[in-house]
Amino acid sequence: MANYSTNEFKGGLKVMLDGDPCNILENEYVKPGKGQAFNRVKLRNLITGRVWERTFKSGESLEGADVMDLDMEYVYTDGDMWHFMKTDGSFEQYAVDKKAIGDVEKWLKEQAVYTVTLWNDNAIAVSPPNFLELEVVETDPGLKGDTAQGGSKPATLSSGAVVRVPLFINQGEVLKVDTRTGEYVSRA
Amino acid sequence: MAPAPGFKPHNCVAFVVLEGTVKDSESVADWQPTASIETLRGRARLIARMRAFFAERDVLEVETPVLGHGGSTDPHLASLSVEAVTQAGRERLWLQTSPEFAMKRLLAAGSGPIFQLARSFRDGEVGRRHNIEFTMLEWYRPGFSLDALIAECDALIRQVLPVPPGETRRHRYRDLFRERLGVDPFTTPLGALRDLAAERGGLAMADADRETCLDLLMSLTIEPELGRSGIDVVVDYPAAQAALARRHRDPEDGVEVAARFEIYLQGLELANGYDELTDATEQRARFEQDAQQRQRLELPNVEIDRRLLAALDAGMPSGSGVALGVDRLIQLALGKSSIAEVMAFTTPRC
Repeated sequence: MANYSTNEFKGGLKVMLDGDPCNILENEYVKPGKGQAFNRVKLRNLITGRVWERTFKSGESLEGADVMDLDMEYVYTDGDMWHFMKTDGSFEQYAVDKKAIGDVEKWLKEQAVYTVTLWNDNAIAVSPPNFLELEVVETDPGLKGDTAQGGSKPATLSSGAVVRVPLFINQGEVLKVDTRTGEYVSRA
Repeated sequence: MAPAPGFKPHNCVAFVVLEGTVKDSESVADWQPTASIETLRGRARLIARMRAFFAERDVLEVETPVLGHGGSTDPHLASLSVEAVTQAGRERLWLQTSPEFAMKRLLAAGSGPIFQLARSFRDGEVGRRHNIEFTMLEWYRPGFSLDALIAECDALIRQVLPVPPGETRRHRYRDLFRERLGVDPFTTPLGALRDLAAERGGLAMADADRETCLDLLMSLTIEPELGRSGIDVVVDYPAAQAALARRHRDPEDGVEVAARFEIYLQGLELANGYDELTDATEQRARFEQDAQQRQRLELPNVEIDRRLLAALDAGMPSGSGVALGVDRLIQLALGKSSIAEVMAFTTPRC
């Protein structure tokens, strides 16, 4: 794997730091009038999700991390692992453990396409599409005619997520939901 | 580690695009300027104002070569070089990191006060407030004390800014460290400085020298706070950071300090001035120290500017000189948040 020096650091570059793959978020070059230059770098640890702020002497380098984001279709879960399949026609499958699936568990829908982050060919993180269409499996009965008034109620979706929805939504309806905010967008 | 099938470094481009922060390096969709045309008009007006400032004061505008047989030996400046075919055949020439050497040769030749708006180059300096090539306003005032030049520099900055900043205050470098960090940059033991730098910077500093610790603390903790309520002038730098400035004794305890100043506004370093070193022997010794330090740090050797030394030997009048980052001053004057917004094309779009 290539090494990257501080002046190649930019948002999105994946590097190894303290043994974990990290995604560089920000890189600020700082230099006193005359003297040693430094790079103030923000990185997200891709294993723990935590953001680190570190300083490097300019010109230092970090090993690149063999990290790839791939599109994969969610197939099924066996209870312990969640199984995803590449969308490139290879039918190659990857098993994702509980730690890597994290909060995304409540946004899983069969045949929807997720971004799976692989490190050394192991899945370490999954991100859902920004918008998903999911069926309401449980909510209080809808209020007829109340289409414009404010007010909301909780609804449990087929994936397990609970979102606030307008009062007129009924069980069995399919909704468009923003997975980044966990908010209702519209009827699908 | 074994690369995954099909993964090659150049594939990086494919996934960084997903992040939306890095553009495909081969794309030319970014042909447009980084500054708006309106901003470039503002820039031109401000540069005209700078020229008028010097015209009123009878300071001569000069132009000197960007290329030199010698370059900056400063270990913290990385020079770019080119190969050129000249009267001497194929030779290596250095792109200036500032127009200092050529301008000092003019001073030694009797030019009197001079200024220049000079394109300067510093390899690897990339960021919100840095670009590999940038515009430097440099001027020299034979017979001026450092105080007189600080006052003139302050007047120029105030002439360029549309909204006058708060009052100008002066701080000694060591007082800033004492007040803001509770350490003395010259007398606190190195071990304590290393611990403080490691804590503030989040990096290992166990083998760092005093200058590196001070540079880190200055850049990360002191600089960002400077110039927040007016213009801050910092004086009496560590002797090791004298570069081409004279040194003198701090009257407090006789510690040697550099007769240098820097001017800060809104956390940005705008200008760097010296009571200019005129002693050729001392200058030669400093160049040689730089060369040795470069060797220790395994940095490429840069040719010493022997013509500058010859000019100092012939005699350069005493006085003060200053270099000011034009792009940064224009950025502040036009209320922008990066120098890219006031430059037609930054290096990635060149």
